[in-house]
Amino acid sequence: MSSLVARAQLVAAVAAQYSDHVDKEGRFPSEAVRAMKEARLLSAYIPREFGGEGADLAEIAEVVSVISQACASAGMTYAMHQIKVSSVISHGDKAEWHQEFMRRISSEQLLVASATTEGGIGGNLRNSICAVERLGDRFSLVKDGTVISYGRDADAILITARSAPDAPASDQVMAVLTKDQYKLELTGVWDAMGMRGTCSDNFKFSAEGDVAQILPNDFGEIAAKSMLAICHILWSAVWYGIASSAVSRAQSFVRAEARRNPGQTPPGALRVAEAANMLQLMRSNTIAGLSRFATAKVNDDDLGSVGFIVAMNNIKIGASRMVVDIINHALLITGINGYRNNTPYSVGRHMRDALSAQIMISNDRIFGNVANLLLMHRLDPSLAA
Amino acid sequence: MLDTLRPLIDKHARLPVKADTLAAGQDLYAAGLTSFAAVQLMLALEEAFDIEFPERMLNRRSFATMESIAACIQELRPQALAS
Ligand SMILES: Cc1cc2nc3c(=O)[nH]c(=O)nc-3n(C[C@H](O)[C@H](O)[C@H](O)COP(=O)(O)OP(=O)(O)OC[C@H]3O[C@@H](n4cnc5c(N)ncnc54)[C@H](O)[C@@H]3O)c2cc1C
Repeated sequence: MSSLVARAQLVAAVAAQYSDHVDKEGRFPSEAVRAMKEARLLSAYIPREFGGEGADLAEIAEVVSVISQACASAGMTYAMHQIKVSSVISHGDKAEWHQEFMRRISSEQLLVASATTEGGIGGNLRNSICAVERLGDRFSLVKDGTVISYGRDADAILITARSAPDAPASDQVMAVLTKDQYKLELTGVWDAMGMRGTCSDNFKFSAEGDVAQILPNDFGEIAAKSMLAICHILWSAVWYGIASSAVSRAQSFVRAEARRNPGQTPPGALRVAEAANMLQLMRSNTIAGLSRFATAKVNDDDLGSVGFIVAMNNIKIGASRMVVDIINHALLITGINGYRNNTPYSVGRHMRDALSAQIMISNDRIFGNVANLLLMHRLDPSLAA
Repeated sequence: MLDTLRPLIDKHARLPVKADTLAAGQDLYAAGLTSFAAVQLMLALEEAFDIEFPERMLNRRSFATMESIAACIQELRPQALAS
């Protein structure tokens, strides 16, 4: 098999052909996802012993970014799948059911979706209203008003709920349920400004499964020790991909002008330099997140520390703000050609997709959490990684 | 020594249950401790015992049980929970 990046580029080529249609119709990027499955990219992160390739997070982030440059909805779908898979890898690697599930993801290239948000709770994902109801070896679960991106096209869903009907809102578990075990009742159709291909419809989710399908660690542990960090890093990789694509369009625009008028520096050239500078900051932000996570991953105390949570939240906030600013520069450079939807320099889709970043778990909500943590945590002024 | 701790937990940890129903080694997160309330509890403990938690204690594990909280306080001010 060729390298992960080479395969990601093949997927990106497919995604690029359909990205405008996916956006216009608000439909699932099925061609790109089929290409991911054919390239066996859905199991890239899974350890070799369970049939995957054992890629590290930096490699996955690169795949996410390459696909997102062509189609952000396809890139976000891939990112969200890997975020879910990472919870199974980190917390289910000793559980027989989850080991088998990982083997199935690898052999059948299953696409995994997420149902963490809930009606009445929103993005405060460390709280649930719904609860797992156990009866012997079986459990049932009904979750209302949950947003599930590509819910209808997924093969399995990772879902959060309280651990029992009498458990407090923050005592949560996460369970894996497969397509044959759940029923999705569509309660709201995703017709959004951007990220239109993620098809993040609202559903009432109801399912029954074996108790063995519930991940062994409680969800608080899963969120703190792997999901939060991986989520913010891979989302940032999506947004970096969108920003890179917009800057690349702006750069092509300026280069075409420079070729037409040799000897003169086009007026947009200075802004390209400025956009390249911001893009580099955004890239550094994501790379810093990757290296901070790599260090923390092997040190349980660091992984559970307040400083680590603050750092990971800042990766998300930084990337989600910079992406909009960068695309706005691309728009100023390309002007009317960038504003129109049907030119090689269009950045409208980029901008609409990127605007989801600041509300995908509201930045204000995240700032609120960080503000609380900073009442205790003292920022580390060191430049050492 | 947990007797000194329990009223502070009742007041600041915002748990749905009273602290005297919890065993020393029982997981406070499972009992309903949120990260927001954990920080509020840390601040209250610093004030009550005139201590400052160093950075290395600011992690999930230090505040996971009454026992682990007591151990942190004990380390910072050996006399604090002497009663
Ligand atoms: C493209 C996309 C795909 C998604 N896919 C999924 C998915 O697959 N599965 C899933 O479970 N969810 C998904 N979501 C939902 C997402 O996880 C959040 O629920 C959603 O973005 C709402 O975030 P929120 O609750 O923080 O803000 P909202 O509920 O929209 O809150 C509204 C506003 O209130 C303010 N606010 C709310 N709380 C606070 C606070 N504590 N402090 C300060 N201000 C506050 C903010 O200004 C915020 O913008 C998706 C969202 C997007 C955009």
